[in-house]
Amino acid sequence: MSTVVQLNDLTKRYIMTTALSDVTLDVSEGHIVGLLGPNGSGKTTLMKILAALVSPTSGSVLIDGLVPGVATRAIVSFLPDVNHLDRWMTVAEAGDFYADFYRDFDRKRFQELLNIMGLSMRQKIGSLSRGMVEKARLCLVFGRRARLYILDEPFGGLDPLARGQVLEALVANFRTDCSMILSTQMVSDVERFFDDVIFLNKGCVVLAGVAENLRTERGTSIEGIYREVYGHVEAR
Amino acid sequence: MEFDDRTPIYTQIMDLIRRQIASGELKAGQQLPSVRDLAQQVLVNPNTVQKAYIELEREGYVATQRGTGTFVCGDAGSVEELRRRLAGEAVHSYVTQMRSLGYGGEEMAAMVLAAAGEEQ
Repeated sequence: MSTVVQLNDLTKRYIMTTALSDVTLDVSEGHIVGLLGPNGSGKTTLMKILAALVSPTSGSVLIDGLVPGVATRAIVSFLPDVNHLDRWMTVAEAGDFYADFYRDFDRKRFQELLNIMGLSMRQKIGSLSRGMVEKARLCLVFGRRARLYILDEPFGGLDPLARGQVLEALVANFRTDCSMILSTQMVSDVERFFDDVIFLNKGCVVLAGVAENLRTERGTSIEGIYREVYGHVEAR
Repeated sequence: MEFDDRTPIYTQIMDLIRRQIASGELKAGQQLPSVRDLAQQVLVNPNTVQKAYIELEREGYVATQRGTGTFVCGDAGSVEELRRRLAGEAVHSYVTQMRSLGYGGEEMAAMVLAAAGEEQ
């Protein structure tokens, strides 16, 4: 099995804070990785580095053997944690926009995803509810046949029913020749989809492993481990 | 399907399929759903379903034929053996719980007979 992402001693410092320090980890092909941690633990910074939007201070990042940049943007499909679509666009226009930018965008797939999510091409982004915008954004991101999907809080504005639809779309579209990294606070809803989990705290990896092995070793759910890990950290 | 996230999901999928084989819901020669279909049905990671299928194959309950799918194997004898094993586990857990409540063997048996009679 090949490795899609390789991080080695990755560090990101801002003027006043260290967002990531000495993060070393691999993501295997065909795996869904849960990136977990409280607010401010460095999840978004890590994802932005993988999306080639933020450059690291030191250490190395390789995606399919490439340093993040123009070449990796072509194979990485990123869902930022804030709405990145213009309000004046229709869903169809947002699709055109993606098709212009990314060669791996598959219009047929995009249409199928819109059907699953109950959206239509004619709707205007500005007229959609927050949950519907989230769904439209996910359709665009999954509409690409990318090598790596990076989803920052993909379930943020969604009700439980919509979360189910998104998870269904996620399983239906997941392929063995890609990988996915997703961050979420809804650990219990999503933990059954993780192959591996990474727990971040204050920019450091405090625990990482195969989800099923962690359940066996610790005799509890990933959410339970989350409570153990961060309850302990907070108590210190 | 409801899973208990505190134990590995793949073992729960294995239990579910073993139970269906024991009850005859899944018969020898019958094809299991594809990994992706089952993953979508029960909403779990496809790799987890894959792992459950591989383990079931190792235990000899199913066989994967390249390109066509995964099928239930086994003759009536091994199905009966599995059925007895699962029944044994259920009895064991019942007896343990009843013992902790202070019931003896005869009382337990009487209660089981009464309950089984009521359900008929």
